[in-house]
Amino acid sequence: MGNFSQKIDKFIEIFVNQNGYVRVLEGLRNTLTIAVLGLIIGILIGTLIATVRVIPKYKLLPRVLNGFCSFYVGFFRGTPMVVQLLLFYFVALPLAGRHMTGVQVAICVFGLNSGAYISEIMRSGILSVDPGQMEAGRAVGLNFGTTMMKVVLPQAVKNILPTLGNEFITLVKETSVVSFVGAADLYVAFNYIGSNSYEFMVPYLVMALIYILLVLIISAGIKIMERSLRKSDRRH
Amino acid sequence: MIDVINLEKHFGGTQVLRGISVKIEKGDIVVVIGPSGSGKSTFLRCLNCMEDPTGGQIIFNGVDIADQRVDINVHRRHMGMVFQHFNLFNNKTVIENIMLAPVHLRCQDLRRAKRSNFFNRIGNVFRKGEQKKELLPVTAGKAEIRREAREEALSLLKRIGLEDKADVYPATLSGGQKQRVAIVRSLAMNPDVILFDEPTSALDPEMVGEVLDLMKALAREGMTMIIVTHEMGFAREVANKVLFIDEGQILESGSPEEFFGNPKNPRLKEFLSKVL
Ligand SMILES: Nc1ncnc2c1ncn2[C@@H]1O[C@H](COP(=O)(O)OP(=O)(O)OP(=O)(O)O)[C@@H](O)[C@H]1O
Ligand SMILES: [Mg+2]
Repeated sequence: MGNFSQKIDKFIEIFVNQNGYVRVLEGLRNTLTIAVLGLIIGILIGTLIATVRVIPKYKLLPRVLNGFCSFYVGFFRGTPMVVQLLLFYFVALPLAGRHMTGVQVAICVFGLNSGAYISEIMRSGILSVDPGQMEAGRAVGLNFGTTMMKVVLPQAVKNILPTLGNEFITLVKETSVVSFVGAADLYVAFNYIGSNSYEFMVPYLVMALIYILLVLIISAGIKIMERSLRKSDRRH
Repeated sequence: MIDVINLEKHFGGTQVLRGISVKIEKGDIVVVIGPSGSGKSTFLRCLNCMEDPTGGQIIFNGVDIADQRVDINVHRRHMGMVFQHFNLFNNKTVIENIMLAPVHLRCQDLRRAKRSNFFNRIGNVFRKGEQKKELLPVTAGKAEIRREAREEALSLLKRIGLEDKADVYPATLSGGQKQRVAIVRSLAMNPDVILFDEPTSALDPEMVGEVLDLMKALAREGMTMIIVTHEMGFAREVANKVLFIDEGQILESGSPEEFFGNPKNPRLKEFLSKVL
């Protein structure tokens, strides 16, 4: 046990005195930035794709769009996140002749990736809304898009909020691979502390603890949101 | 006002409407009856193109709305629809349910008018005296549109005695209250005609009366209505024209006295003997 308290001392030494905490805070900030912005981009892309997929398909344009969306979703669900990060960083960016920081790349890829997953979640949410709601909107002269925005999507989002929360938690946890493209997340921070003290046990334990704490906080937030959203079906 | 000419509807391979023709005048109260699965709902839903007709014409206010090229949203503003299962917007309060479409569409018109005025004003700089384009009147702002719509919605709610329910969500209403709100929601658009698809079939018996009373009041005020229903008493009392549809065709039509007193078609006789 004496061994273990030595390890803790080493960790504290680097964490506090050698500014390890600065790196951890920076890692935490990057982790959350990537997850939050990724989720927001993902919700926008996902909603768009889900809407395209429920448009009636008599005409050519919706069919073409739908084909593109199927391909998109298939690609991002069919390849690992790490592969997508690497493709974006080492293939797409050079081809486009652009430069981006690791964090920017991670935000884009997380957005694109979660867009694919969220589109499926959102589609099931839209399908869970009574078709009568769309009909009633169309019957009073609103067009498909307006009825979608004002009536169907708000109800769909309410139905899928717990699943959307889980997607956010997944994103937070998956950020641990962004160091592949040079973004400094929590893993990079604790890895730095570990390498400097030649001691990885405590840093990685603390890292796990921080992830668990994050997930618990997010879960609590989702619960609160759900409760306030459920007001419109309460009978009083 | 509505001239239905040889209306047909196929679902895939099956033909549900087999050439329906009927003329509906302003102020008509048309009741549609017929056995289950005969195509009554399909007929009604084709009238406002909720289902796209696969043949025939629907001339509404002089325009063939069965034509895929017309903007159906414009015509639906003038055609209310009331559903069997109410279909109130669950995420909106009662008053928002009534205001949503009027406010949105008036604001949309406002935006369009402003946009076209903007371009015409620029164009007018280069046009000479006679050729200058007139600007569209822009009377009310967004806030005013909302306030007006709110007042109208409140007076509609007052009419059905539910003004105290303005700010609750539909989930808290009884079936009869929901259907009456749904009816005034379609009234808020000032429609030329309202389509009803079995408006009382999903109601508990004690709530049927309040909905029928509201419909009778509308009928007295001269609203044009097309009603699919199994309420034969109502049909007899209120309708001025009754249609019997079976297997996608109108087998008999006429005034209620004739229709119920002296039915000619054997299928109608059989149907009436079952339901009366
Ligand atoms: N979307 C659809 N796809 C395929 N078939 C349909 C569709 N809608 C209706 N039908 C068929 O069309 C026929 C007529 O249906 P419709 O709903 O118009 O009957 P109805 O007279 O309103 O009956 P009910 O009194 O039970 O409401 C039925 O056989 C039904 O199965
Ligand atoms: Mg029906």
